[in-house]
Amino acid sequence: MMTASLNAYVIVSAVLFAIGFFGVLVRRNTLIVFMSLELMLIASTLALVAFSRVNGTMDGNVFVFFILTVAAAEVAVGLAIIVALFRRRHTVQIDQLDTLKN
Amino acid sequence: MAQFLFLLFAIFTVLCAVGVVVNKNAVNASICLILCLVGVAGLFVQLDAYLLAFVLLLVYAGAVAALFLFIVMLLDVQGKESFGLRGFRTIAGFVAFSLLLAGIGSVALKGQIVSSPPVTVAGGAQLKLYAYQLFTTYLLPVQIIGFLLLISMLGVIVLSKKHEIAEDAK
Repeated sequence: MMTASLNAYVIVSAVLFAIGFFGVLVRRNTLIVFMSLELMLIASTLALVAFSRVNGTMDGNVFVFFILTVAAAEVAVGLAIIVALFRRRHTVQIDQLDTLKN
Repeated sequence: MAQFLFLLFAIFTVLCAVGVVVNKNAVNASICLILCLVGVAGLFVQLDAYLLAFVLLLVYAGAVAALFLFIVMLLDVQGKESFGLRGFRTIAGFVAFSLLLAGIGSVALKGQIVSSPPVTVAGGAQLKLYAYQLFTTYLLPVQIIGFLLLISMLGVIVLSKKHEIAEDAK
């Protein structure tokens, strides 16, 4: 059963994506920026599943399966980078990580 | 009833997403992320993607968000982030937010999306369908994903090792 229209799902996923984008732009804590990135990824998977459901194929669902796997790997590597960064610089605030700027 | 469930989960998800972005405390933000993932899993269930909803809860809410919480605890970041809704960056953020929303919203509302009653599909609940696709059409991607996971595991091990030589040179 698919209850709401496709438009409703696409709008929800657009709102989620925009919120995540806003978080990436505005926040300065690297961890929360990373969480907002995850939010954007989840929003795109929601749109993919909705389109796949309307088209009646399995391809979108299988693709979301792959996306989830890649996201798990990405989170592991990203958090390891953040931990390594914290170990060296003792901060995770973005405005203090400006070595490349000078 | 079903429409009501959709609205409930959609509003819950969006509110939790807002909670992730505006929370000052990183622990609260990651708990909001977990709740947001639960909401998205509910939306997946309404899209007949039961297996994906389960995998989302298991992998994301179970492993990834727990990893986030663990790292937040490990780093012990004090809440000294100067997060005020002012300044050039926030204005730019709001402008980008509205532009993105307006763009996708206009496509979704007025675009050529066919919102016809959906085809009755062999549901996403059937594990057999996933397995069949994964082992026939998508066999090569599955192997590549396996290598990707192996490589990321090795990368994490290398990244989290202490580099004695680098420490000495410093």
